[in-house]
Amino acid sequence: MEYLSIFVKGIFIENMIFAYFLGMCSYLAVSKTVKTANGLGLAVIFVLGITVPINYLLENYVLKEGALQWISPEYATVDLSFLSYIMFIAVIASMVQLVEMIVEKFAPALYGALGIFLPLIAVNCSILGGALFMQDRQYPSIGEATVFGLGSGVGWWLAIVAIAAIREKIRYSHVPAPLKGLGITFIITGLMGIAFMSFMGIEI
Amino acid sequence: MSTDTAAAPKKESLFSKKNRRLLSDPLDDSNPITVQVLGICSALAITVQLQQAVIMSLSVLFVMIGGNVIVSLLRNLIPDRIRIIVQLVVVASLVIIVDQVLKAFQPDISEKLSVFVGLIITNCIIMGRLEAFALGNKPGPSFLDAIGNAMGYAWILLAVSIVREVFGSGAISLPGMGQVKFLPSEWFMSEGGFYENNNLMILPPMALITVGIIIWIQRSRNQSLIEEN
Repeated sequence: MEYLSIFVKGIFIENMIFAYFLGMCSYLAVSKTVKTANGLGLAVIFVLGITVPINYLLENYVLKEGALQWISPEYATVDLSFLSYIMFIAVIASMVQLVEMIVEKFAPALYGALGIFLPLIAVNCSILGGALFMQDRQYPSIGEATVFGLGSGVGWWLAIVAIAAIREKIRYSHVPAPLKGLGITFIITGLMGIAFMSFMGIEI
Repeated sequence: MSTDTAAAPKKESLFSKKNRRLLSDPLDDSNPITVQVLGICSALAITVQLQQAVIMSLSVLFVMIGGNVIVSLLRNLIPDRIRIIVQLVVVASLVIIVDQVLKAFQPDISEKLSVFVGLIITNCIIMGRLEAFALGNKPGPSFLDAIGNAMGYAWILLAVSIVREVFGSGAISLPGMGQVKFLPSEWFMSEGGFYENNNLMILPPMALITVGIIIWIQRSRNQSLIEEN
């Protein structure tokens, strides 16, 4: 049940877009059509599902205070957490590169769908945000951290597909000229955020 | 955007007309947030209070200047294929400095900003300017471009946070002056008055709507920015 709770929380209650605005740049730039939005969303789920557990291991066995104890008891007071930003971003950038190469080799069809989006993801704030929230919230096991990563990814995917569908339709409406494009997208996202706030306080 | 692609000036003073445009354009015509759509994430998340927004703007200013100048100095040495990783490492090191300084001197604010200081690393405004400007220009113009864009970012942040704090909590907390209220305190509902704060302004969605309205006002004034659909 713990896993389900974290998963649902990541999708609805602590949605990356509506509650924390993470990954807004690509969310606004790539949400013009549902097809590309879907591709980017799937790539984000994929990368978050891989990088959050890796960063979890890094955090708990290398960076945290006393994390190096498994090498030798004399390292019990070493605290490397000030290095976490640079380590996390290095892991993310290299994982994205690695995932891109593996997918290209073994799943060309998937690469065709995700290919152009993968490099963009290294600088998507939601990925680094996922790692930093994982560090902040101190999940007790790697399983929970992975579920958190996947849940946040699904939440992000849901948000970008939903806004892309609305933007496809809104092209046929009479939006005031200065609001066209960016402005109306902001306001719709705000309204969707208000709707998503009704999930607040739900416990599973 | 046209100034981005222009070739680096041959020999001109630091405050020539072209360089002045590097400073002034990002404030309005090519504002990083409302026109280039860069750096939205942090702009929205930390605008609940003016104080947080000021600290965040200063951090971004520092990281942008540092990043733009360093990458511009290194621009002929960085191999094209790994430039993203090089940029990320430069920016991440600067952000670690900011984070440690904030933790040491402003622990409360650092607590409130939580993960968003770290997220300056992937703030698209910094990566975007490094890619679009610093990689192709000399350190001087890159320095000015960094200041201009950080200022363009800062004024939106300040505007949004002032609106949200004034309507959301009826007062602005300034360092050294405590809470400055805009209405006599007995008018507030909590003191038995008639005025109630709009709590919606403090919640995340209102940040989006406030920025949407700023875009609306800006584009009504400057019709050339209107998009096709």
